[in-house]
Amino acid sequence: MNDTQPLDESRAADGAANLGRPARVMVTKIGLDGHDRGSRLVAGFLRDAGMEVIYTAPWQKIETVVRQALEEDVDAIGVSSLATDHLLVPQLMTALGEAGLEDVIVVVGGIVPDADVAELKAVGVAEVFHPGSSRDDIVGTMTALIAARRAAA
Amino acid sequence: MPKSPHVPGDAQADWRRAYDTTGPADDRVENRSGIEIKPLYTPDDWDSERYADDLGFPGQAPWTRGIYPSMHRGRPWSQRQLIGLATPEEYNARMRKIVASGATALSVIPCNSVYRGYDMDEVDPVLLGTCGTTINTVDDMDTCLKGVPIDATSIALNDPSPFTLLAFLLAVARRRGISWDQVTGTSNQSDFISHFVANHMFFRLALDGARRVFVDHVAFANDRVPRWNPVSVVGQHMQQAGATPAEAMAFTLSTAVQFADDCIERGLEPDGFLPRFTFFFDISISFFEEIAKFRAGRRIWARIAKERLGAKDERSYRFKFHAQTSGLDLTRQQPLNNIARVSAQAIAGIMGGLQSMHTDAYDEVLSTPTEEAAKIAVQTQNILRDEAHLADVIDPLAGSYYVETLTNQMEERILEVMATVEDAGGMFEAVRKGIVQQMIGESATAFQEKVDDGTQTVVGVNNFADDSEIPVRALERPPADVMQRHIDNLKKFKAERPQAEVAKALDELARAAADEKLNIFEKIVDAVEAGATNGEVCGKLRDELGFGHPLIAA
Repeated sequence: MNDTQPLDESRAADGAANLGRPARVMVTKIGLDGHDRGSRLVAGFLRDAGMEVIYTAPWQKIETVVRQALEEDVDAIGVSSLATDHLLVPQLMTALGEAGLEDVIVVVGGIVPDADVAELKAVGVAEVFHPGSSRDDIVGTMTALIAARRAAA
Repeated sequence: MPKSPHVPGDAQADWRRAYDTTGPADDRVENRSGIEIKPLYTPDDWDSERYADDLGFPGQAPWTRGIYPSMHRGRPWSQRQLIGLATPEEYNARMRKIVASGATALSVIPCNSVYRGYDMDEVDPVLLGTCGTTINTVDDMDTCLKGVPIDATSIALNDPSPFTLLAFLLAVARRRGISWDQVTGTSNQSDFISHFVANHMFFRLALDGARRVFVDHVAFANDRVPRWNPVSVVGQHMQQAGATPAEAMAFTLSTAVQFADDCIERGLEPDGFLPRFTFFFDISISFFEEIAKFRAGRRIWARIAKERLGAKDERSYRFKFHAQTSGLDLTRQQPLNNIARVSAQAIAGIMGGLQSMHTDAYDEVLSTPTEEAAKIAVQTQNILRDEAHLADVIDPLAGSYYVETLTNQMEERILEVMATVEDAGGMFEAVRKGIVQQMIGESATAFQEKVDDGTQTVVGVNNFADDSEIPVRALERPPADVMQRHIDNLKKFKAERPQAEVAKALDELARAAADEKLNIFEKIVDAVEAGATNGEVCGKLRDELGFGHPLIAA
């Protein structure tokens, strides 16, 4: 075992227990890229943590993501991007706003150059997960974000 | 008691006692393929009595030691670095420099929009030209290769089914009066099975349609472009998606068997097409495991080509492969550490006997590589070859008790996985049923768990971490006016071409798709020569053969 970075037990995976009714999260990819190891892994983590995951094929159109978010009544949308598709996320944020879904949490995971992170946060992206993020990191952050959203509702 | 007469039993017993007293208590070590690794190997594990059976000589059965008699001593591996540049003009400027400096091989990496089979006017402009060159027409390919002697340059095309880039290249050759039998290179991304399983960006056509176009393209190339390598079987995507090294090798070999069976079914001769088969692998940082993976794979392929596929020409047995150092092992944290990682990966590839290599830039996990980082990646190869002298001796780890034992164990593990695929009805059925995808998913999750729980150290991430800043990088994007000019060129091209001929050629393409007696690839070449674009050809074939949907069960 390594001891330099002990696990933070308070953030450990237990999404369902902390939230009452299970969180609903869409895991998707927009744009052109089809690398989906990351989105599959994350979908698995979230599901194991008791969340309900709506998993889509890659190459979703933005209007499809918005419509599904509405129909599935999701708490959060996770967008996975390996090859520059994060550049479309600002358009997704605008479209969600126009559909009255500005309170849906949007997170991005994958290869996002640091210079673009500020731009994504500025348009309302709640978190950007880089390569090397751990399961507990992702599940813990999502649980906290969703709990805060529900408390505010 | 030792099995080997060369192992002194008393000394061995003494060592074991001393090890048990002083060695680590919790001792089980496994490699990524799940093989237990012992602390010490001796002639009890492998001994030179097995030399002829297990090793032999380079360029001879059982082919463990390399596919050519002189290997790297005679011909060092070639350096094929991938370069993505936004427009054909920029690509051409870079290529001419590379050719002027003596390069005889180059690679063409198209933009993601091209991979998906869309023209520039069909996708969001914000995504254009950020990862590769936007080649939509025969004119674009002509521009890419301006001043490049295409009859004297080996050209590697990253060109998934239906192989529009090769069609463009052949059209350019004809324009320049160069005979197609002078055109050399490789269809690097011909393996639609790997795309269906693990790299969906390249998966354009539905599985059955892609299968047919693949065989049409092999048949066409064998017949009309005899020096072209139409097949590159890609293990890299599978390993990047999470397959263990043994699984990745097994799935690749099973795919190659499937392709060969399909070609034989079409009536092609094994000794006609097998010498034009090539392979493409990932090199992870699991050093000895990767070396053993390559040595075992080489041996298995030669046996399959001979015994199962009935090839008689020794060129059919040669397991020619390109390999790329794995980006998955690289970290954003303390990114200069990646230079050390890439070196270790590259050494493993060299010791494994590769023919061609791409070393990753240390910063590719931060953004598209900078020129400085790309240069370090190339110089790493030069240092290993010319300063560390890794090309001097052929298969230098042969005879190591550990490496030979591990090579045999990896071979066994690879054959087990191949048997699972065979039981499912072959690779095509196995991926259609999702069996391969499930195995890869399970391996990906298992590895992530080892990283998360610290069993697998990742330096600077889950161990030896510090709070040093991660360098901030911006994505390099082509200037908007440059990209706009290129889009305007496409509009002009589409407006000025002979519309009736294009429409007729696309109709012909549809007719070929519906008639298995016709060769689809031949009609693609006709269509692009008439002026059809990448988007139009892919669009027409998607209409006729179906859109390439991956399995999405997560």
